[in-house]
Amino acid sequence: MPEKVIEIKHLKKAFGDNDVLKDIDFSISKGETVSIIGSSGSGKSTLLRCVNLLETPTGGEILFHGENIQTELDVSQYRARVGMVFQSFNLFDNLNALQNCIIGQTTVLGRDKGAAKAKAMEYLEKVGMTPYINAKPRQLSGGQKQRVAIARALAMDPEVILFDEPTSALDPEMVGEVLSVMKRLSESGMTMMVVTHEMAFARDVSDRVVFMNDGYICEQGTPADVFGNPKREETKNFLSRFLNQ
Amino acid sequence: MPLFNDISKVWTKYGNQIVSGIWNTVLISIAGTLIGLIIGLFNGIIRTMPKPKNIILRAIMRVVNWIINAYVEVFRGTPMMVQAMIIYWGYAYLSGGDSLPLIPAGIAIVSINTGAYITEIVRGGIISIDRGQFEGAMSIGMSHFSTMLHIIIPQVMRNILPAVSNEFVVNIKDTSVLNVIGVTELYFYAQSAARNSYKIFASYLIACAIYFCLTFTITRILRFIEKKLEGRGNYTIFGSQSDSTAEIRVSEEEEPVNA
Ligand SMILES: Nc1ncnc2c1ncn2[C@@H]1O[C@H](COP(=O)(O)OP(=O)(O)O)[C@@H](O)[C@H]1O
Ligand SMILES: [Mg+2]
Repeated sequence: MPEKVIEIKHLKKAFGDNDVLKDIDFSISKGETVSIIGSSGSGKSTLLRCVNLLETPTGGEILFHGENIQTELDVSQYRARVGMVFQSFNLFDNLNALQNCIIGQTTVLGRDKGAAKAKAMEYLEKVGMTPYINAKPRQLSGGQKQRVAIARALAMDPEVILFDEPTSALDPEMVGEVLSVMKRLSESGMTMMVVTHEMAFARDVSDRVVFMNDGYICEQGTPADVFGNPKREETKNFLSRFLNQ
Repeated sequence: MPLFNDISKVWTKYGNQIVSGIWNTVLISIAGTLIGLIIGLFNGIIRTMPKPKNIILRAIMRVVNWIINAYVEVFRGTPMMVQAMIIYWGYAYLSGGDSLPLIPAGIAIVSINTGAYITEIVRGGIISIDRGQFEGAMSIGMSHFSTMLHIIIPQVMRNILPAVSNEFVVNIKDTSVLNVIGVTELYFYAQSAARNSYKIFASYLIACAIYFCLTFTITRILRFIEKKLEGRGNYTIFGSQSDSTAEIRVSEEEEPVNA
């Protein structure tokens, strides 16, 4: 049994009296790629944001290598080990692509400038953004921005990367370039939690698919099971609605 | 024409004084705006700090925020001329007759007054930065302080520059109220030239022309700086996408803007 990196137990999150996450049990093992699917508003983003502590859970616990992320770990150092890629990129607008990938390394990990730059260049090359290291975010296309954002996350040498609909804000012709970077990353053994509406990615790349509905994990299993032979009525409805549109 | 005659007479006799008044006006305005900017940045950053979890720190923050609010309200809600009188004569009263040195007193008054306005400008500037900038920084573990220093404040500075420039231009004009405590700025000398020469219209006409030249040139210079800060519209591509062995150079130099 491979080592569990993140373990979520009875996670709850409410905004005021709006219970968004009702009782989530979930874990992800080293090297696993898990796709999280579900209709809009079902709590997928909230789940990822709780894992990265961008939201504070209102119940349950999240363990990172068995340690509670809220009580036993330093938030800043924990976040450095768990990268996040956002739908809206969230690159630093005042910094160029290279600086975007350096700043976290120097300020959070205390790496010296030279080492940080070398590492940033390495990952920018991996995502095919070497030619654009001097470009500011506003000078890049959506697909290019997202690739820089992935390089920024990778430059911190994280153990896990969380992706929140990384291709949803992209023009259709740019979706492919980002997905192919993610596919390579998955194949290289990175542990990934991916919220996505790209069913082809979920089916072909992930090891496991999780279907979320109304604040619960409704069904999960191998892509073949979930897509080929869904057990729950909600899953069937979601998939048929999704594939017919 | 008699008016030209008057102007020339006033200028010949009082020109030197007026020029020294210009210097003081410029000095007080620049120093006052810069110190006001520092005060404003400091206050604005504190006012937008996330609430601390610790209950004691929370209480301290509440008091500090209350003080900053009171400062902003009081100094924005009263005329600078009255503030100048209160600070100058208040000091004299409380110290038993000492008087503040005038130029530093003038700079202090303008700084405190400008700081109150810029506090609000900075707070607005920070609030208007997209949440995503903070979340991007948080997601890689950056502290609030690092995020402010490296990500938020540089963007805020660029966004508030027009408003701060405006404060500077306002200060050039408003330093004239400091004559009430005897600061020897431009208006002070124009007034004294008017009184001594009895050529009142000519004297104030000179002052008016000088104020306008000052604000006009400064406005142009600041516009130019704002344009510059908008950054270059182009970037250099290094290496080659098709040829992975192409040399990759990292350039630090700034290139001129492609206008
Ligand atoms: N910061 C917030 N404050 C209040 N409600 C929120 C907040 N974030 C999300 N929600 C609510 O939580 C629910 C789930 O949102 P989200 O996790 O973004 O869903 P998904 O990503 O699956 O579309 C929605 O009803 C949304 O309105
Ligand atoms: Mg979402």
